[in-house]
Amino acid sequence: MARTRFIQAINDAIREEMERDEKVFVFGEDVEASIFGDTAGLAERFGKRRVRNTPISENTLTGMTVGAAACGYRPVLHIMFANFLFTGMDGVANQLAKARLMSGGQIELPATIIASYGGGRANAAQHSDTPYSAFMNLGGVHLVVPSNPADAKGLLKSAIRSNDPVLFFEPGGRGGEMGDVPDEEYLTPIGKAAVVREGGDLTLISMGSTMRMTIQAADQLAEQGLECEVVDVRTLAPLDEETICAAAERTGRVVIVDESRERASAASHIAAVVAEKSFGHLKAPIRRVTARNAGLPLAPASEQYLLPNVDKIMAAAVEISENGRASA
Amino acid sequence: MSKNLSPDVSECLELLKTMHVIRYAEEQLGDDFAAGKLPGGVHLSIGQEAVPAGICAHLTDRDQVSSTHRGHGHFLAKGGEPRHLIAEIYGKEEGCCRGMGGSLHVADYSKGIIGANGIVGGGIPVATGAALANHLDDDGSMTVVFFGDGASNQGVLQESMNFAALWKLPLLYVCENNQFGQFSPTATVTAGVISDRAKAFDIPVEVVDGNDVRAVWQTMAGVAEHIRSGKGPVFIEAHTYRIRNHFEREHLVIKTPYRTEEEVEKMRRERDPIKMLQEWLKDENLADEATFQSIDEDARALVDEAVAFGDAGTPPPLDVGEKYQFVGTSS
Repeated sequence: MARTRFIQAINDAIREEMERDEKVFVFGEDVEASIFGDTAGLAERFGKRRVRNTPISENTLTGMTVGAAACGYRPVLHIMFANFLFTGMDGVANQLAKARLMSGGQIELPATIIASYGGGRANAAQHSDTPYSAFMNLGGVHLVVPSNPADAKGLLKSAIRSNDPVLFFEPGGRGGEMGDVPDEEYLTPIGKAAVVREGGDLTLISMGSTMRMTIQAADQLAEQGLECEVVDVRTLAPLDEETICAAAERTGRVVIVDESRERASAASHIAAVVAEKSFGHLKAPIRRVTARNAGLPLAPASEQYLLPNVDKIMAAAVEISENGRASA
Repeated sequence: MSKNLSPDVSECLELLKTMHVIRYAEEQLGDDFAAGKLPGGVHLSIGQEAVPAGICAHLTDRDQVSSTHRGHGHFLAKGGEPRHLIAEIYGKEEGCCRGMGGSLHVADYSKGIIGANGIVGGGIPVATGAALANHLDDDGSMTVVFFGDGASNQGVLQESMNFAALWKLPLLYVCENNQFGQFSPTATVTAGVISDRAKAFDIPVEVVDGNDVRAVWQTMAGVAEHIRSGKGPVFIEAHTYRIRNHFEREHLVIKTPYRTEEEVEKMRRERDPIKMLQEWLKDENLADEATFQSIDEDARALVDEAVAFGDAGTPPPLDVGEKYQFVGTSS
């Protein structure tokens, strides 16, 4: 194990996969300068043929992944802020997510798109969204959302090796965060959630940017005598329903924490799955802690007001705990 | 770009056959639609056959073409099997895309046909990615993106031309200017000259009579050589005319005519690319009626066989959508 920064883990994943397979190439706006640092140094190592700075043309960039992947390459597109996926939506939604189906399975589409998402840093509304829930509904792309350096590296390596398109949602502003990363090579499987903490009173389910506050909430709830099992979803599509439902059934009390907006959030979908499949085991209503239904404003306190936080998670947990107000 | 090369007689007769096959296949599909036989709609390129025929004559299976909602001609000219086209549009498992795509999405990747596209201009970024793959392969292969005057007003065309010019991608833009974007005459929705837009990116431009298959072939001979030699993208604007409606159901939904019957009839009479080629061959004493009839019969037989194949096909199993969506494996 080595203590590694989030951003370095991502950089290592790309570097290792580029070394392993010459068909992997990286492109995107300023991938050389790399404002987040996750593609820094790759051009020096692999040259400008395989690390390609591009014009600011998101709709063409996303569509290009399809042509390059269908012709035998493994493009890794860094779209920078996840909001820019909306600019490039035709390439993702109409082309990448559909091309294999429309061709009757003639082609494989080993394309990866990296997007940095999330608010809380006064980047204002167009650089702060958490749009993964919108992409969950596309049907034709896999979605991974790592919450720590080890999973970031393992999931990105899996994404690049996957013969299907994968959107890799990297929690924004967390590049400096340290975590233990195995020294030996490993892959984190796409489609597998992880139970990261055991506890018999409540089940907290989260992913990506809200995992850290979820674990902090679990720590503080333990001090109050509520032991929480915590699940890191890690992959939103395909969703590991088995692990999620098993964790929900073990306690019968479920809080789902997600930075996307409440309406049609990832938490909403997970809540629906748990309600459908594990209803008989539930002892209290499922609670969702999400962003509120508005764009994120600049003013820091106003922005924070809309976002999930430790207090909101704890309040929801207490409410559905055995002695809480919402107990069945 | 050198333009000295012209198609010889046997090449002309090949072009004639390609155009006949496209024409018969599309007339058949038009009739099938009217008879209520097709599960979906079709957009026919009747009258525009010379463009795909003349362009694709210079391509091999290693080259890619990306196509439009009006894409049957590109599919057939690039070597797609008529039977796979017809079965696909009939929604049969024996179709090129196993009945998953239909008319709007015909593709045969083994032949470099990387897909018709239901989004106007949607194929342009895809083709740009394919051309980047050609560029990285560095093996002389190239990509052709067919699109219409309508798609010329999509932002992705300008984005793509910037990429291709900047990176010297082996990408040929073929704008089939058929005078109408859906139900709007081009001039009512398009400023300036379309191919002038390429000039802003220093992309060489060729403007050609898209109903004169010999002219298209001749232009493409020089253009393909230019692109394959690594000199970067070229833009061809081919002027043609859409004889049929935007889509076959048009008369049911469009109540205000946007062109006159007389105009369409005049184009059909005077500018039919098949007739134009036959007349030239006859005037030059290079081929006679008997030759034309034999080619015509061959083309008709191919399409008849394709229809029989499509009719005998089977609907795909109900649950295949999810099966084809993902590979589910990794490298």
